Amino acid sequence: MVPILLSFIVSFFDWTVLGPGKFIALQNYAKMIHDAEFWQSMINTFWLVIIVVPISLVLSLFFAALLNGIKKVKSFFRSVYFIPTVTSMVAISIVWKIIFNQQTGLANFFLEKIGIDPLAWLAESRGIFQLLFANFGIELPSWLGGPSLALFCIIIVTIWKGLGYNTIIYLAGLQNIPNVYYEAADIDGAGRIKQFFKITWPLISPTTYYVLMMTTIVTFQVFSQVYLMTGPPVGGPLGTTKVIVYFLFEKGFGESNDLSYASAIALVLFAIILLLTLLQKKLEKKVHY
Amino acid sequence: MNFNKTITYTILALCGLVMVIPFIWMVTTSVKSQIEVNKGNVGFLPIEEYYTYTEGDKTYRLTLVKTEGDSSYVHLFNEKWERVSSYKKIPNTSIQANRKFKLHFENFVEAFNKVPFGRYFLNTLFVSLSVVLGVIITGSLAAYAFATMRFKGRDFIFYLFISMMMVPQPVYLIPSYIVLNHLGWLNTYQALIVPWIANIFTIFLLRQQFKTIPRDLFDAASIDGCSRFKTLWTIVLPLSKSVIVTAAIFGFIGSWNSFMWPLIMIDDPELRVLQVGLSYFSQEASTQTALLMAASTFSILPLVVLFLIAQKQIIASFASSGLKG
Repeated sequence: MVPILLSFIVSFFDWTVLGPGKFIALQNYAKMIHDAEFWQSMINTFWLVIIVVPISLVLSLFFAALLNGIKKVKSFFRSVYFIPTVTSMVAISIVWKIIFNQQTGLANFFLEKIGIDPLAWLAESRGIFQLLFANFGIELPSWLGGPSLALFCIIIVTIWKGLGYNTIIYLAGLQNIPNVYYEAADIDGAGRIKQFFKITWPLISPTTYYVLMMTTIVTFQVFSQVYLMTGPPVGGPLGTTKVIVYFLFEKGFGESNDLSYASAIALVLFAIILLLTLLQKKLEKKVHY
Repeated sequence: MNFNKTITYTILALCGLVMVIPFIWMVTTSVKSQIEVNKGNVGFLPIEEYYTYTEGDKTYRLTLVKTEGDSSYVHLFNEKWERVSSYKKIPNTSIQANRKFKLHFENFVEAFNKVPFGRYFLNTLFVSLSVVLGVIITGSLAAYAFATMRFKGRDFIFYLFISMMMVPQPVYLIPSYIVLNHLGWLNTYQALIVPWIANIFTIFLLRQQFKTIPRDLFDAASIDGCSRFKTLWTIVLPLSKSVIVTAAIFGFIGSWNSFMWPLIMIDDPELRVLQVGLSYFSQEASTQTALLMAASTFSILPLVVLFLIAQKQIIASFASSGLKG
């Protein structure tokens, strides 16, 4: 609890590396409310979380269900899906940055093979919805554009990196469901899809809550991929990949070295995560089997 | 039924391929020549395509400048693509197209020598092993106290610990930075090790394990005059080997891969860990794709090897983190 208390104290002062300045009460928080950059990084972070969490959840449950259904080479596939989880974010960010390179990247190489015009990927500030609709000749205003394509690249890498862990967790959950339920359902003539929604999904819900919570918390703290993949300047085209933890890093340890402002940002992040966790806990109680 | 199985395997194999394609491409690009990469030869095979011109017993590589009728103006290069003559006029018929499969392992040597990666490896290994050792020592001591001893406020303190697992790392960052700065520990190994040697998750993991050991064993030990330390060392720890291995694996992987913390706490190039060194290298050599891929490859190699050796144990460890969490 000490770090949190200390964070509060620091956030009330005008604190730099040189030491505590004068007491400025809530000025840091007031500054945050009027800081357009803060709001943009908040919106970017929300896009990241809102897209990463459900996709990761569905994909990992899907893979876990497939893995649970096979016996041969199961551990081989499990390991293949798991490798991104144990490798360092720094190295794979460098690799993905080159994959998304416009001239020498693998992404455009594949697009060329299937006859699609190359994209600017990490250098593209236009939103993905905007790009999508532009294909059909519809021009969306930028506020409806959604996350930029550059942020979408970060989203892809974040999902890819976390998928193995979530799959393993789901697989462990699936293996805990006794087979007799499925045998009984087979006898009653329930199909695979029905079995999934009537048996698997309800019984796996504790795992789902765990995966949901962990993925949300981890995704709110994305930093390395943004730091390494976007830029220069870091934060992507027009700041569209700047996420909250990178914003905190820039304020606290960049040129301005404003530790107290960074502290205030960290506490806001903590408050959001705490709130979401409590909300999920409440939801979990309502639908617990 | 068999049809279903085939579909399952096909989907798994295809998606598995998508998961590992970045790694495959990383390795194949790391053995390409930078010239090929820059020419836009993006595919997976390290194949070189170039034109040559033979004059007497010497063969030169060439790049085309301009073609005029039957002859062309070219630049001539040697094997290493160092220019030997410019704007030479040669007949078109003497130009030969070449395709050669060649692995450029020298990229690894060049990347390794460009930046002191050897030093970074040692730093990272030292820090990671120290953290693992510290985590196991503090973890087993604390877990032993929580699991077997009775003292006032034990459960309260334990739940306080558990609730702190939820606090995101960025929240610790600034207070820790201020404290480490105050202690004069910034730019030292201590900054990378000491804050990480108490790990709540490890305490929790070990406590759950220690609680499964029958109380009779402790009673018997204390009747025989065994001290608490001796009980922990000779009875509890040998019975908890697999959980300790789990904790060690988590500690090692986490410490080896940690990036933001050392990036902030360390300025001194001598003390850089692998991840930070790699990050600086990626800024310096941002256009040298092949070298970057080589550096990425050898920096993830130790963990991939560790993973391949102990994959059952590692996957089981990660899976257990979910069941108990």
